[in-house]
Amino acid sequence: MADTYTFDDKDLGEIRKLIAKYPEKQAAVLPVLWYAQDKFGHTDPDVQELVARTLDIPEAHIHGVVTFYTQFYEKPMGKHVLDVCTCLSCQVCGGYDMLHYLEEKLGIKAGETTADGKFSIQSVECLGACGYAPMLQVTNDKYVNHLTREKLDKLIEELNNDQQPRFESNKMPQHVNGSDK
Amino acid sequence: MVNDWKSYQPVLLPAIKDLHEISVYEKNGGYKALNTVLKDSDTWSPGRVTDEVKAANIRGRGGAGFNAGLKWSFMPEPDGKPRYLACNGDESEPGTFKDRKLFEFNPHLFIEGAIIAAYAMHVDAIYVYIRGEYRPFVKMLQRAIDQAYEKGYLGKNIKGSDFSVEMYTHMGAGAYICGEESSLMESLEGKRGYPRVKPPFPAQRGLWGRPTTINNIETLANVPLVINNGAEWYKSFGPDSHPGPVLYGISGHVNRPGVYEYPAGMSVMTLINEVAGGVRGGKKLKALIPGGSSTPPLRADMLEGVTMDSDSLREVGSMMGTAGMVVLDEDTDMVDVIWRISHFYHHESCGQCTPCREGTGWLEKTLLKIRDGNGEMRDLDLLLAICNRMEGRTICALADAAAWPVRYSIERFRDEFEQKCKKTVYAMA
Repeated sequence: MADTYTFDDKDLGEIRKLIAKYPEKQAAVLPVLWYAQDKFGHTDPDVQELVARTLDIPEAHIHGVVTFYTQFYEKPMGKHVLDVCTCLSCQVCGGYDMLHYLEEKLGIKAGETTADGKFSIQSVECLGACGYAPMLQVTNDKYVNHLTREKLDKLIEELNNDQQPRFESNKMPQHVNGSDK
Repeated sequence: MVNDWKSYQPVLLPAIKDLHEISVYEKNGGYKALNTVLKDSDTWSPGRVTDEVKAANIRGRGGAGFNAGLKWSFMPEPDGKPRYLACNGDESEPGTFKDRKLFEFNPHLFIEGAIIAAYAMHVDAIYVYIRGEYRPFVKMLQRAIDQAYEKGYLGKNIKGSDFSVEMYTHMGAGAYICGEESSLMESLEGKRGYPRVKPPFPAQRGLWGRPTTINNIETLANVPLVINNGAEWYKSFGPDSHPGPVLYGISGHVNRPGVYEYPAGMSVMTLINEVAGGVRGGKKLKALIPGGSSTPPLRADMLEGVTMDSDSLREVGSMMGTAGMVVLDEDTDMVDVIWRISHFYHHESCGQCTPCREGTGWLEKTLLKIRDGNGEMRDLDLLLAICNRMEGRTICALADAAAWPVRYSIERFRDEFEQKCKKTVYAMA
């Protein structure tokens, strides 16, 4: 149903602001897709059609963009998407162990969603937190660093209670000369 | 400077509380460089600013290491139509996690540098492209940009001068290739991030067909330091060929992983053993990937006397890259590591060029076969042959980045690869 998703006046106002940042409307495709995903939780074909209509850009183009970038969800996902980094530094620091622990704990494989729709797990490429490996990201936002099984247990418990993890500021490690951040 | 690294005082990330607040930044000499340039525009003409940056020899910190001032000088004369600066905060090279420190702890240093760069190149709008995964950091940077607007460092007629520039953040959505400059522009224009054929170079035909320069976040953060202290001061850090402060990201099997600021040209072993606290668990060092996953891995016995600068690393057959060092201990399975790197490049290949699209997948598949104990000796030759057919045969350097780790790890850790392949021979006999 194409009219399942709609932008209201407030949304359209926000979208106009996004478009105003660029000399050409097409440049707003990524920001508007992000906006849509934040609102609807994903960018499935119906959402893509809405974005295409709103920006007056061919749906095929929007579809091409959505499928190119990994952070746009082409189908509805679990309420919390756990992106476990298994790339290089995380790999050598136990990223796969963390992934497998989560798979076991939630009873699903990477790429799947739990039956109650609460959690999806993905094994993802480098998230740029190599010094804090192993780590994961919760639904394209919060980073959880230095993962351990205990930390994962706590995270799942908190997310089950709808508590988002706090932003973990990674201070500069103690410099050899003693200056600390 | 490098000899007395222990007394080095950080300048990119100094230990000042709440430096991300514009008032604190100003109190500590922030925006002084921009004010100097704008107030004394007779001395600090755009050309002079570019010359100073060129003389300082700020080498691009995104990986390629090109002289930033020289890059700026490629911009054509202004013709009254829009010109752009794109700041590359994509930071997707595995092993690299330094720009996020600037976004979090010293965003105004980068913003000031970007504004000065825009002044030097007569730029009308600055776009900061940040990977979508860095959402918390995008918010932090946006807050700092808003503060800079409030204080009149951005917008129309900055600080009463006739120079105006706008600054916007643009969030990617998960694609390593968008850190490549032409792909970054495609992504900014709202398309799939397919690298463009060069020439034309971005300075000739960039964003929306207009002259554009793309600089790394850390590169631009060096600019105010050069304006405030001069090119000679900047060159006093580290070797002449690659001067300045560097944010070293050290990860993998070390006791104290993290981002550390020291001059360029630091000894690799000092960084591993003294700065990062040595190899975890008292184990021996096996290998180092010196500057992100695309830089050729080095064996521990090759690291004697090697320093983190382009000359020294080139001599031993690697590269400085982003200075994102990944340390691997003696228990590391190199085949497994190289397979995972290949998996990354296969996943991230945009698919535009056949040698890369097919080659990355073939590398991954063959390495997986070897890793799982099903490899044959001839697979090693096959891997090298695939590398030969990828390197230098594609629009951008992703194919090279995928091939180098494979080629050099087979060369430098051959016995390990052979060991895995031999298993099959025995099993079949």
